[in-house]
Amino acid sequence: MNAAIEITLPALHRGRARVLAPCRLHLAAGEVVTLIGPNGAGKSTLLQAIAGLSPEPVRLTLGGRAVARGEVGFLPQAFAVRAALSVLDCVLLGRREALGMRVPPLLIAEAEALLHRLGLSELADRAMHDLSGGQQQRVLIAQRLFRRPKLLLLDEPTSALDLHHQLEAMALLRAHAAATCAPVLAALHDLSLAARYADRVLVLAEGRIEADGPPEAVLTPDRLSRHWRIAPEILRARDDKPVIVPHLPACAPSG
Amino acid sequence: MTALPVPALDRWRARAARQGAAVLIAALVLAAFALLDLMTGPSGMTPGALWHAALAGPEGADRAAATIFWQIRLPQLCMGLIVGASLGLAGLLMQTILANPLASPFTLGFSAAAGFGAALAIMGGTLIPLPLPGWLLTPALAFAATLAATALVWLVARARGTAPETLVLAGIAVMFFFQSAQSLMQFMASPEVLAQIVFWLFGSLLKANWVAVTVSGTILLVCLPLLVRDLWALTSLRLGEAHAASLGLDVAALRRRAFLITALLTAGAVSFTGTIGFVGLIAPHVARALVGEDHRLGLPAAAIAGALILIAASVTGKVLSQGAAIPVGIVTAVAGVPMLLAVILTKKGG
Repeated sequence: MNAAIEITLPALHRGRARVLAPCRLHLAAGEVVTLIGPNGAGKSTLLQAIAGLSPEPVRLTLGGRAVARGEVGFLPQAFAVRAALSVLDCVLLGRREALGMRVPPLLIAEAEALLHRLGLSELADRAMHDLSGGQQQRVLIAQRLFRRPKLLLLDEPTSALDLHHQLEAMALLRAHAAATCAPVLAALHDLSLAARYADRVLVLAEGRIEADGPPEAVLTPDRLSRHWRIAPEILRARDDKPVIVPHLPACAPSG
Repeated sequence: MTALPVPALDRWRARAARQGAAVLIAALVLAAFALLDLMTGPSGMTPGALWHAALAGPEGADRAAATIFWQIRLPQLCMGLIVGASLGLAGLLMQTILANPLASPFTLGFSAAAGFGAALAIMGGTLIPLPLPGWLLTPALAFAATLAATALVWLVARARGTAPETLVLAGIAVMFFFQSAQSLMQFMASPEVLAQIVFWLFGSLLKANWVAVTVSGTILLVCLPLLVRDLWALTSLRLGEAHAASLGLDVAALRRRAFLITALLTAGAVSFTGTIGFVGLIAPHVARALVGEDHRLGLPAAAIAGALILIAASVTGKVLSQGAAIPVGIVTAVAGVPMLLAVILTKKGG
């Protein structure tokens, strides 16, 4: 699968308020795109709409063929699971459609291998409601990967993770996109993380996609200052990716 | 990279075997209580006499024994099994689609509606021109009123997207409406009619006969295959609506199907026996304690647990009051309070 996914969106609303203007998105095969924007910019609304969970009709095509709702994997922002389902059960539910009265042994072995690969083997028999928020988030990312979607959407997938697991999760998403050619679109608040792991960054602001391009081109001091109301200090990591150190405008370092 | 001591597949199979054994043991305990229920009653018949009556068939030479076994105890037992299983299943469905561990088949006002229908039939049965024998009028109107309440709750909730909280609020409104109407009828009824209404509301297997068993049993049998197709969808819904929907599940359609099945099971259960509380609330918790959240075993476990609670209540009612059995609805209500407290105090997660 090397074709790009084309997404055509109408104007999106939250309640009666219009959040986003109509737009078109192009996600190349295996591409990781991060979605950034200040609070209320419409990141979650956009992801929900693409996932087919909004009333607005959204058109998704892959090489000219329509992509069904079930072929899009989506991890919503509100992730807490209160059920006593085991971690292995939870991952298996990622492919609910393949489960019957008897669960195919191959599927269980595959789920186990995935948990092992993600360092979650020790949790396999634990109940979801006994896990910490971060552990739940890692299991739910695993579940969505297990689904093998044509397009993977994630809303704040690292919000409950410690630094190590944030980097691990983002690296995992990159590896998944490269291995399956399924593009990944992830909304993030951490701008440095968004810049480091993305091929492309989309900025949502002022009710539209305000910028779209490589992290270095999009994350400019002027834009960050305008939309996030911060005085940014932009450093360069060893791989030349931008690292944003935010300051409140009044506390900005001089020189 | 540490390898698992036991492969997941082996652990999965071991767990499935444990859970299957738990359901089997529960079924065996239910069978034992069913036998006990057949042997208990005010007639003082010995187990041997009952055994002979069973072998002789409904037309056996010993007419008294044949009548007691074939016309009283066996239909009551069958009705208890069907009603208990229906309420257990309906309770599990309700707790799943409403994401609420304290939901039951009666949360949405179905019992109040059935009570209203029954009271209407008892009070004004002769005035209602229905081509039904007199004894069938009460269950028929109770059934119809329950389905009317179902339609009302759904229509109100649909206007706001049938979210769990909307369904519960619409259900509470419908419940108060039917309860008020029922109270008004009780207020207006003569003492004799009032006694009949109150007796119906107790919930008792004494009203059971083979027609009731056939109707309620058919409803249960029709609903079972409808549930089988949604086993994994219902399990997915335990993750929460947002996750289930984002895994491609049409949550609104699933909720609509489960809601309709719950209404049918509940109407089938209460129309002939009256309101029997707590079974639909407690049985799903017993099922989850036995087999966890997987609805493949959870649904049979809830059905068995519901039937077990009801038959145990029937035996208890007959043992405690040898002359006239205490209605099962009273026994389950009394025994249900400590069970409910145990559920609340030991509850973990959702």
